[in-house]
Amino acid sequence: MQFTILCLERAEDFARRDNPATAGDYWAGWSAYGAALAQAGVFVSGAGLLPPGTAVTVRQTGDRRDVQDGPHADAKEQLGGFFVIDVPDMDAALDWAARAPSSGYGSTEVRPVLTMPG
Amino acid sequence: MSATDAARAAERAARDSYGRLVATLAARTRNLSAAEDAVAEAFRAALDTWPRTGVPASPEAWLIVTARRVHGHAQARAGTAARAQSDVIRAIEDLADMPARDLPDDRLGLLLACADPRVDPGVRTPLMLQAVLGLTADRIGAAFLVSPAAMGRRLSRAKAALRDSAGGFVPGALDQWPDRAEAVLEAIYAAFGAGLDSAHGAEDGADLRAEAIWLAEALAAVLPDDPEVLGLLALMLHARSRAPAQRAGGAYVPLDDQDPALWDAAMADRADAALRRASRAGRFGRFQCEAAIQSVHAERRITGRVNRAALVTLYAALAQMRPTVGVAVARAAALMGAGDAGAALAVLDALPDAQVTAHQPWWATRAHVLAALGDPAAGDALTRAIGLTADPAVRAWLSARPFRPPPR
Repeated sequence: MQFTILCLERAEDFARRDNPATAGDYWAGWSAYGAALAQAGVFVSGAGLLPPGTAVTVRQTGDRRDVQDGPHADAKEQLGGFFVIDVPDMDAALDWAARAPSSGYGSTEVRPVLTMPG
Repeated sequence: MSATDAARAAERAARDSYGRLVATLAARTRNLSAAEDAVAEAFRAALDTWPRTGVPASPEAWLIVTARRVHGHAQARAGTAARAQSDVIRAIEDLADMPARDLPDDRLGLLLACADPRVDPGVRTPLMLQAVLGLTADRIGAAFLVSPAAMGRRLSRAKAALRDSAGGFVPGALDQWPDRAEAVLEAIYAAFGAGLDSAHGAEDGADLRAEAIWLAEALAAVLPDDPEVLGLLALMLHARSRAPAQRAGGAYVPLDDQDPALWDAAMADRADAALRRASRAGRFGRFQCEAAIQSVHAERRITGRVNRAALVTLYAALAQMRPTVGVAVARAAALMGAGDAGAALAVLDALPDAQVTAHQPWWATRAHVLAALGDPAAGDALTRAIGLTADPAVRAWLSARPFRPPPR
């Protein structure tokens, strides 16, 4: 069964990515986590995302199109990246989610992947 | 006593009498859910008021009277609907007429019932924590890394299985103890382990270590001479006594680097007293062995050194009694501590791949062993351990190991 692990980070966590004093630990933590997923044979796909400031959000309402700089919602924590994993059940997915570095400073959301009918 | 201590004592008293009352009602009505429901409102009232008013002289009598009043109102309001619960209400009426000192302690029966073979082993610990201590599915779920809704469903299913089986919920009788002792002790220790896993989240109430010790103490009160009950109690007290030294300014401190002056000496002494009492039975077992291992570490407070040879001997004995991955990894660490990295590696390599692929302690220990042997594969093992770590403080500690691989 596939689950998506959504890694949510705060503005200061995104800032750690580019600060020479913190970038090493930041990236080492994520690359170790990704490697552990892959080596355990549960990794399906995944991607890290550039900070929310780089986002552009589009909304189409009838014939009116709205294009906005920034993420869709002004939340304290924003999506920093995601992994799709294949594990037997939600319990196993939560075990992996707890190991994501974001669980220790931001938060990590787990969602079952929708199986398309047919 | 500070305000928080008083609140904690009040909560403890409320949970203590809650467990006794639920156990008694479940034993009389053979229906655990109905017993819990019947006391729920009175229990909430106790958790609410006792921290402010103090614990009443007879906490159980207070709960019984309050539960009776709650059900009196409910009955007046809803006539027939309330009559469906008449069994449990009758049982409450009976208890209300009894002098407080005659109230039985049926908690052992309740603990034994939670270890019923019909209950999935993975739900036994949550069931005990809920039935005996009145913990919520939210709090239990946080400790076991399960969603609160899913935990609630598992608990309901377990209670339904006990209720729907032939004869209904049957409280465990003392003669079941020999058959179920291992399952009961195992379940209590699992609560302690869940507390350890979430140690960094102690403030959010997920730390169940104190509750696990409390369950073992309740058990020891009923079975004062059982060596394995005392062994389990000693094991948990020893481990808990080091809590003040496990973090320094938020940073993880491994056992051998901890300052023994920070350990809770009184708690360690209680642990050793329990272990000595256990040894009088002349029947060594798994929990006494684990407690003895902890006791060897605790001796460092007095001797200033760790008796590595004793640890190797005790771990060999434990591995005989309990051949699990966790014990094998701890044994490898003990061999490594005694200077035998080669033997440590052999113990680690003997474990099947499928069991270690996501086992963080295996990779962390392997990294240390390989580093000691000068094997460059230590770096990859360490990266794997870091990727499998859930505790940020442990991740930071591992990341600072000198044999960290250069970034690629």
